[in-house]
Amino acid sequence: MSSLLSFCLSFSLGCLALSMAMALLRMLIGPRAQDRVLAFDCFYASTMLAILALGLRYRSSSYFEAALLIALFGFVGSTAMSKFLLRGEVVE
Amino acid sequence: MTATTPLWADALTATFLVVGGLATLIGSFGVLRLGTFFQRVHGPALGATLGTWCFVLATVAQVSFQSGHPSLHAVLIAVFIALTAPITTIFLLRAAIFRERLTGLPDERSARQ
Repeated sequence: MSSLLSFCLSFSLGCLALSMAMALLRMLIGPRAQDRVLAFDCFYASTMLAILALGLRYRSSSYFEAALLIALFGFVGSTAMSKFLLRGEVVE
Repeated sequence: MTATTPLWADALTATFLVVGGLATLIGSFGVLRLGTFFQRVHGPALGATLGTWCFVLATVAQVSFQSGHPSLHAVLIAVFIALTAPITTIFLLRAAIFRERLTGLPDERSARQ
């Protein structure tokens, strides 16, 4: 791996860490529940991208399955929380 | 292993990584910074479209050049996110509109102007 790619990987990992921190801050200060769910949505997307970038750095294909699982369970959790906010129950 | 990836492939991957990281960062900054919920909900779309596609294309380019044959399985993640992100956003927006009406307060969208 060239030093250019290594530097850009570190840069994008830093961007993603900062983006996760911003989403966490919105999750803490979010005035209402829908703001917190939105921040969770943003947080898991950034986490999934960071795991993809880590898979490039360590040259392992196991990170791909982890990113796919995070995308899957993030979608399920986010939809369940939105449904709960809408109806007061998840499964009717 | 370094010899198998030419410099221009590394440069392509690096460009995708930088663009994707910056797009996700800008979207997340919007989630933190924008004023009302209905403005904030636009933020994660930037990471879900441009950010995800850039990272997936970087992964496809780098893994294909390392292994020597095209490996497209990372596109699965981008397709999955493209299918699921609008569903989550629509559910969340409906819940937010419902809860805004439930409070009886003046509507946040009209109060902004």
